Amino acid sequence: MSYSTPVPPLRNAPVEAMAGATATAAESVAAIAPSGNDPAAILARAQGGDHQAFAQLYSMHKKHVYSLCLHMIGNVAEAEDLTQEAFLQFHRKIGTFRGESALSTWLHRLTVNVVLMHLRKKGLQTNSLDEMMEPDSDQRPGRSFGARDPVLSGAIDRLTLQRAISDLPPGYRLIFVLHDMDGFEHNEIATMLDCSIGNSKSQLHKARLKLRESLRNPPRQEALK
Amino acid sequence: MRQSVNNLSCQEFQARLPELIGTGERIADHPHVQSCELCSALLADLDAIAQAARQLFPVEEPPDDLWKEIESAIVREEAASRSAP
Repeated sequence: MSYSTPVPPLRNAPVEAMAGATATAAESVAAIAPSGNDPAAILARAQGGDHQAFAQLYSMHKKHVYSLCLHMIGNVAEAEDLTQEAFLQFHRKIGTFRGESALSTWLHRLTVNVVLMHLRKKGLQTNSLDEMMEPDSDQRPGRSFGARDPVLSGAIDRLTLQRAISDLPPGYRLIFVLHDMDGFEHNEIATMLDCSIGNSKSQLHKARLKLRESLRNPPRQEALK
Repeated sequence: MRQSVNNLSCQEFQARLPELIGTGERIADHPHVQSCELCSALLADLDAIAQAARQLFPVEEPPDDLWKEIESAIVREEAASRSAP
């Protein structure tokens, strides 16, 4: 049995928008798009075991899942493995998705859980998640007592910020991505990471401090080559 | 650099910041921040970083061959489940 090559979706409409659509709205969308490519129809087919439909879901969500893994873990090879694991779990559990939440939200949380499970397993081999969340002293943010650096008085350069985030120690990056980029609340992060809400807040603060340091002293371009 | 309010220096205040934030205290209302331009600017910078990050979710494309690996793994899993008693 072979899957066909994933084909890109015809539209970028989120699956959840279709899944929760009223009959009238669904009918109007059906009028402008082939029914076979209706995201809700694709999801339904995939839930029924249609391999091509699952390949289409992969095409629709692969960038988000991979990007999330990459931002949380900061390592390309591990991000690829985790993306694979996330989609395998998605495939195993797709029949349990009932549409109470958006598919993208559901898949997002599934992916976060996959990454966290990976970090916990990894933590058992190296150190605890708590230890990972609190990096060595040389990786912690320093303190700033000088005059305000003009770099942060203006717009923050997007690429510099991306690079600084990827250079954060793993524990700081995890909290920062979950809170400031993914929009999880501290109570959700505390539950996910099995830490206190206060710990989540203070770690986020340290992550932002570390980023501020990096933004004030970005690595020289030559050093990056 | 000694600040008069609360007798906290910037160094002391910043050392206590993670703990203060962890308790849920509104840092912007802290007497030291109210009277200290430097620490107020520091917090403004941190807010700016958070704001910038909210606009930032760079989308990355996974390698083309990743799907083949996922596809193979799914096929293997399905074959295993079919052969299971």
